[in-house]
Amino acid sequence: MLRKFKSLKKTARTDFFTYLGVVVAFIVMFALQQAGALSSSVSSWLVPICCFIVMAVSLNLTVGILGELSLGHAGFMSVGAFSGVIAAMSLSEAIPFAPLRLALAILVGALFAALTGVVVGVPVLRLRGDYLAIVTLAFGQIIKDLINCLLVGYDSNGLHIIFNLSKLTIEDLHMDETGIAIIKGAQGATGIEKLATFPAGFILVMLTLVIVLNMVRSRTGRAVMAIRDNRIAAESVGINITKYKLIAFITSAALAGAAGALYGLNYGSLVSSRFDFNTSILVLVYVVLGGLGNIWGSIVAATVLYVLPEALREFQDYRMLAYAVVLILVMLATNNDRLKALLGRLLPRRKEEKDRG
Amino acid sequence: MAEKKFEKGRMVPVPSHSIIPERDLGKTPILECTHLGIDFGGLKAVDDFTLTIGRTEIAGLIGPNGAGKTTVFNLLTKVYHPTRGTILLDGIDTAGKSTIQINRMGIARTFQNIRLFSNLSVEDNVKIGLHNQEKYSTLSAVLRLPAYWKKEKAAHEKALELLSIFDMQDMAGYKAGSLPYGAQRRLEIVRALATDPKLLLLDEPAAGMNPSETAELMENIAKIRDTFQIAILLIEHDMNLVMGICEGICVLNFGQIIAKGTAEDIQNDPQVIEAYLGKRKEAAPC
Ligand SMILES: Nc1ncnc2c1ncn2[C@@H]1O[C@H](COP(=O)(O)OP(=O)(O)OP(=O)(O)O)[C@@H](O)[C@H]1O
Ligand SMILES: [Mg+2]
Repeated sequence: MLRKFKSLKKTARTDFFTYLGVVVAFIVMFALQQAGALSSSVSSWLVPICCFIVMAVSLNLTVGILGELSLGHAGFMSVGAFSGVIAAMSLSEAIPFAPLRLALAILVGALFAALTGVVVGVPVLRLRGDYLAIVTLAFGQIIKDLINCLLVGYDSNGLHIIFNLSKLTIEDLHMDETGIAIIKGAQGATGIEKLATFPAGFILVMLTLVIVLNMVRSRTGRAVMAIRDNRIAAESVGINITKYKLIAFITSAALAGAAGALYGLNYGSLVSSRFDFNTSILVLVYVVLGGLGNIWGSIVAATVLYVLPEALREFQDYRMLAYAVVLILVMLATNNDRLKALLGRLLPRRKEEKDRG
Repeated sequence: MAEKKFEKGRMVPVPSHSIIPERDLGKTPILECTHLGIDFGGLKAVDDFTLTIGRTEIAGLIGPNGAGKTTVFNLLTKVYHPTRGTILLDGIDTAGKSTIQINRMGIARTFQNIRLFSNLSVEDNVKIGLHNQEKYSTLSAVLRLPAYWKKEKAAHEKALELLSIFDMQDMAGYKAGSLPYGAQRRLEIVRALATDPKLLLLDEPAAGMNPSETAELMENIAKIRDTFQIAILLIEHDMNLVMGICEGICVLNFGQIIAKGTAEDIQNDPQVIEAYLGKRKEAAPC
């Protein structure tokens, strides 16, 4: 058994420890939570941490594995969050069993985010060159404003949706007496039933890992990484560049949508400004600090960097300062070979590669 | 794989004023270029390029620096689309095809400035070459369906078998970018072979290799042709290699073909001596 394990490829062993780490961390935290050993504030971090792990791992698929810069990952999260909340609230009578409703809401969130990913990705990823960063940056801003214009309610006649460009209010949906308002324009979604649970977050993290890791360690993942490493060579061996870019980008968007749905259903109310540019950059920082292409690195970075500012609430003013410094360093590093080498020694992924050969 | 040793046989003329090995006569030539040309702005980088290559021929493309040799490869693989002329690959017109389609139709290539997937392992580089050979869907990958296991096993075995051509199977786990220069060039050839080509284009395969490595490479190029029964067109500055293994040789200067023929024909051609070999002799300190 042990020998068999040793004969496994290094990637297979890394993946095994990634899963193992997540499972052990979950069991420990869940046991502590059930035993009442966690303070209420620590307890409240558990679901968001799961969400941001999924966000970081999925963004790593686009940035680390595919090698395209995305600056609007929070946009997909917000699409998932609001579509998930709409699904959960309108299904509350039809499906009384909460876990099933949550699962469906997450699925709906992933689906809508994937569709949005198609809309953003298809025109951009067909081009040669780094247009994705600019387009996703714009997308993140636009989606926020679009959601601010939404009026959504649900009554016995079904779903009512108005795209509000004038000064309409929720009354203009003309719902009957059974009606509930789901999204009230810039006020966002209110009265959300908190369906999200820590075990649900754990399951979502595990599903994300299975999807991303199985994809990366396959023909598809190799094709995606080939495009990243050398586009011209990838074409010369007959790899359909656009197809594999889209597979990676849309999967990444769908997973962000799933994370968004779980996140949205963890709070009583939700505004679209929660998923702004800062959130996108926050997740990007997790990915860069965890190591591009390094999945367990993203998990660790997301957890640590989520907990750190929460634990140091009184110093929170400095958080944005730290991000600015990190970003400048990253920009310098990607343009400077000496710094790149220095950073390479600090990042776990690079170290691991050096060991390999 | 059926191995049949080909001798450097008699060359016979074909209607396009090229020559092909006698044994390939009567079969569709693997490549027929007629009046191929491309302009970059005012520069006619390649002009009136007409060449026929037999199905099992090892052909050479030589010429001074900047003659347009790599540009010919880029035209054949549709990195550039020709301004003039036609390319028939195995009798099929390749007009309007993309680089990807050309590879699927049977042309694989290596690059003058090595283009490996340098962050990936040697084995993965070859497996990427097998992309269109051992196919399964992304869904079977994510769900680890039987197709995944079957095809991955096949790809692993094929990759090692291909690497064994150059005795590189022990390097399978190394990072491609960490290999020595010569091994990187050999890996590029293996990756190209993995796509199951009918015509293999090698752009300066011996560049940066020492004489003993070059001699070994020569043997291996002949072995590859014999094993896979494919045609090979190679660009090379090493005249020993070119004269040693190429059956038909085409000399390019300023984008124009100045001579075509066997090694003997080329070596005795006054235009070639002036444009190419003569210049080398002058440059060589005696
Ligand atoms: N994309 C391009 N745009 C403009 N000019 C080009 C382009 N590609 C090649 N050229 C020009 O075409 C000519 C032929 O270049 P090419 O690379 O084919 O030469 P080569 O025979 O391969 O030379 P070498 O032996 O140095 O590799 C050169 O003058 C080069 O500058
Ligand atoms: Mg060249």
